[in-house]
Amino acid sequence: MTDTTATDPIRLHKQLDRIWSTAPGFGRLSAVNHTIVGRRFIVTAFVFFGIGGILAMLIRAQLATPRSAFLGPEIYNQVFTMHGTAMMFLFAIPLFEGLAMYLLPKMLGARDMAFPRLSAYGYWCYVFGGSMLIIGLVLGLAPDGGWFMYTPLSSRTYTPGINADIWLIGITFVEISALSAAIEIIVTIFKLRAPGMSLDKMPLFAWYMLVTAFMMLFGFPPLIVGSVLLEIERAFDLPFFDPARGGDPLLWQHLFWLFGHPEVYIIFLPAAGVMSTVLPVLARREIIGYIWIVVSIVAMAFLSFGLWVHHMFTVGIPHLALAFFSAASTAVAFPTAVQFFAWIGTLASGRPQLKLPMLFLLGFFFVFAMGGLTGVMLAIVPFNWQVHDTHFVVAHLHYVLVGGFIFPMLAAAYYWLPHFSGRSPRHSLGITAFWLIFVGFNLTFLIMHLTGLLGMPRRIYTYDDAAGWEWLNLVSSIGSFVMAIGFALFTVDIVLQVTMGRRAKRNPWGAKTLEWATAMPPPTYNFASLPSVTSRTPLTESGGKSDNLAIDLARGQGYLGFVRDGRLETLGVEITSGRLEQVVRLPNSTFIPLFTAMITGVFFVSVLLKFYLVAAIGFVVTIAMLLMWTRGWGDRADRGLMSVGLGEEAPPHTEVTGAPSNWAMTLGLFANGTAYASLAFGMLFLWVVAPNWPPPVLLDPSVLASALAVVGLAAAAFAAARSVAPAALARAPQRELWLAVAGAGHGAALAGFVVLMTAVPDPTRHAYLAATFVLLAYVALHAALGVVFAAYGIVRSRAGYVSALRSLDLRIGAQWHRYTAAIGLIALLLIHGLPRVMGS
Amino acid sequence: MSTLDTAGPAAASIASLWWVMLIGATLIFTFVMSLLALTFFRPGIGRGTPVAWWLVGGGLAFPAVVLTPLLIYALWSGERLFPTGDPAVAQVDVVARQWEWTFTYRNATGGAVRSSNTLHIQAGQPVQLNITSTDVIHAFWVPRLAGKIDAIPGHVTVLQLKADTPGVYRGLCAEFCGVAHLEMQFAVEAHEAGAFDAVIGGLPPATPDVNAPRGRP
Ligand code: HEM
Ligand SMILES: [Cu+2]
Ligand SMILES: [Cu+2]
Repeated sequence: MTDTTATDPIRLHKQLDRIWSTAPGFGRLSAVNHTIVGRRFIVTAFVFFGIGGILAMLIRAQLATPRSAFLGPEIYNQVFTMHGTAMMFLFAIPLFEGLAMYLLPKMLGARDMAFPRLSAYGYWCYVFGGSMLIIGLVLGLAPDGGWFMYTPLSSRTYTPGINADIWLIGITFVEISALSAAIEIIVTIFKLRAPGMSLDKMPLFAWYMLVTAFMMLFGFPPLIVGSVLLEIERAFDLPFFDPARGGDPLLWQHLFWLFGHPEVYIIFLPAAGVMSTVLPVLARREIIGYIWIVVSIVAMAFLSFGLWVHHMFTVGIPHLALAFFSAASTAVAFPTAVQFFAWIGTLASGRPQLKLPMLFLLGFFFVFAMGGLTGVMLAIVPFNWQVHDTHFVVAHLHYVLVGGFIFPMLAAAYYWLPHFSGRSPRHSLGITAFWLIFVGFNLTFLIMHLTGLLGMPRRIYTYDDAAGWEWLNLVSSIGSFVMAIGFALFTVDIVLQVTMGRRAKRNPWGAKTLEWATAMPPPTYNFASLPSVTSRTPLTESGGKSDNLAIDLARGQGYLGFVRDGRLETLGVEITSGRLEQVVRLPNSTFIPLFTAMITGVFFVSVLLKFYLVAAIGFVVTIAMLLMWTRGWGDRADRGLMSVGLGEEAPPHTEVTGAPSNWAMTLGLFANGTAYASLAFGMLFLWVVAPNWPPPVLLDPSVLASALAVVGLAAAAFAAARSVAPAALARAPQRELWLAVAGAGHGAALAGFVVLMTAVPDPTRHAYLAATFVLLAYVALHAALGVVFAAYGIVRSRAGYVSALRSLDLRIGAQWHRYTAAIGLIALLLIHGLPRVMGS
Repeated sequence: MSTLDTAGPAAASIASLWWVMLIGATLIFTFVMSLLALTFFRPGIGRGTPVAWWLVGGGLAFPAVVLTPLLIYALWSGERLFPTGDPAVAQVDVVARQWEWTFTYRNATGGAVRSSNTLHIQAGQPVQLNITSTDVIHAFWVPRLAGKIDAIPGHVTVLQLKADTPGVYRGLCAEFCGVAHLEMQFAVEAHEAGAFDAVIGGLPPATPDVNAPRGRP
């Protein structure tokens, strides 16, 4: 062990920077560092915002005058679909993901996110998937069914071209980055905090992001499942949504809005997190009601998953059910109001300063309050029947999204820009930009409520002058151009500030969160040594010699103020107490995330072009590459406790039970389980609700094949549990034998499932057959991966990465084996049970 | 086509709901914005206010006081708008397809008759529409008469419609349904009792293919 303890800040900086930095030139493509990847997410998101904005201008140009011949319906439909899609999937979500990636480690007192390579992989998936959509747009092949892609309009019969496939496949590709970001954000917040930062001392922004990430974890799988099913229907004619063959268009709506409603809160919460962070600083007092806010964020998350039906008030649902969802929808007003009044109360009891970010926060209050009020109106069922799918809804959704997302994000841009760039503004273009955006926005959308009430439906490419909508639309269009100028000015202002701003002084706003303890712009490793936290305002305390935490940390007077073995290290803590628990060792830059994303891209593009053989190869290679990430990664010998400075010691993450990657697997299985539950829900939903049931044939699945699968799954689960028992872990032959048994069990289960699948007669005949087939395919795939993971465990064990102390690899595998056994058994229960229930 | 220029009881009831909500929302909005303005124009004004006032008063009590009566009012008016299922009400089967509306008058004397893109009703009489689609999802909407309801393939949705006075009311498809979504407009003609019978009598008989919609509710 070569500990180098440096108290000279310059020397320490050089040592740390050497191992944390990313190579220049083409080496940049190998970056995995959260500061770099976070910045890339943000910049890319703004590029997509620009594209979405241009599309919005096309919409407003077309609607400015009646009977305009500028865009025909074919183009207009692509334009509004892509506008909505780009804004929701390519702008809003990636933007806050980037902000979270950039800020979280710095706020929590860590040196990076928990899985830097996953961040980079997610970023590339986002860029490639988003590019697919934009290329489609340029070629005139963009999706044109609206951003929620209702079936049957988006089914092959009514949208025969490639347009809808581009949406389904491109968006699913992008969603990989949302899921990976969700897992990464949760694990980082759970584990990678400065010692002493218990959950109740966490900055509120981290609480907001934690809840948001959990919502993403449970919200995106239904959308992904829906998209996959729809793509399967389009490509292979399995009828999930076709009412003539036992499918149901309403299934798509349920799956979509099960995602789509939480999505709105997923977008709002990070922005509210910015409010709760920036507002108290500029009000010069701590926020009031910290616990209240935490509780209301969690309440919002739960409520938002029970509201999706309010997008479906006009599909003919019984009144009592409507009343329930209506009440649940208005109930969101409570947690929203708690936060709203906590903010106002903080302003009222502080000494607010009208600095530029504050201006945007006030813009938020004004615009979002209005959006919230129209939201309550829309939750009122009879009123919804009138204005649903009109421009009233268009106005409402922009009040919520622009008010509840854009204004706080622009505030965030001005607030953290000195941190990103180390520079502060020379002039006040930002104020002009604010007023242009604010006035332009309200001019565009305030009267649009009236346009909707006067009967103008959304998604129509033109209108005649009989309806009295001309002047309203003209004013909206003028307003939108004023707003566009405002955004252009904002962009110019940011570019000017980054390139020519004055050097900013440290912590210019007098904030109390840890991100302001780094140098500006931040060094690659964030902190030369990590703080120990004892309150919610760590920047005002200091355990070191000077009274300045930032200086103490730079001098290496915190934890890990040294470089050991040339490895990248940060600290991991116990989740609730924030007690020091482990030394987490992180990877540095590598091209492998980029390459993996490219191969993943090969998979998605081949599915799009229907080259299924290439797609299959792409899928296998992607899995292989993901497993390759671990090559040479881990410890070949037990290390035991390591010094972390300040007289404390902790084991490396490979030797503790709560290692970040173990958590990642658990969370990944949560998401997977949600996807599986969505699939099972789909099957039961069709059975209960869809027309043309019961199906023409009921299956009588082979008892032999089912028994084989049951035995295989049970063996796999049992052997996996044995392989991580202390006795087995201690002896290589024993644990490898158990792994071999687990693999064989999965193999047997796989064989059983394949036999059952081939016995399904023509799954294109009826949704029941199709759903059975897909359910079996889902568990078969998991069993196949189970074989791979068991074999991989043996490889790791042989290579010397496993011992009684270093059991992480096997415990991660064991989670998979147990989970696969569980979902496999549920599948068997469903396919045997359903025909019996239906037959009787 | 204004939802505020109402010509039937359903639309009228929703319009009054709107005016009530507009007034309420304006008051709330003004109140909250004034509070916000005060925090800047009278800095420190809330320094003596206990934290619980903001959180319990603003966060819990305030929305409870506003929302409870609103929900009750909405439930009550929604209940009255729901189709009664009264067998005495005339029934019309509505079939939407890309891009036209077909109306079948089931109870017409002398057998079912049919019209396209124009729905004939008798002024002052409620009519129950059983709506479905044969291809994609559409939505039936006559802004001056009532709220909208989707036409979903494989399902039948029900809407009750009544025009107070004779006249022609514009209707349109409110759910995006493809390139000609905009063109999928129709008219509702409300006639006096005598004129209504004459119009119905003059309609062609319904061919079987557009008979009563099938599907689960
Ligand atoms: C920047 C100025 C913006 C303008 C002028 C604008 C304008 C519009 C208009 C006029 C429509 C209605 C199109 C139609 O129904 O025919 C629309 C739809 C939509 N906008 Fe925006 N928008 C803007 C920003 C945003 C932002 C920031 C978001 C989200 C973060 C957003 C999300 C949407 C969505 C989801 C739709 C629905 C698309 C659909 O119907 O499929 N917009 N926008
Ligand atoms: Cu239509
Ligand atoms: Cu339509």
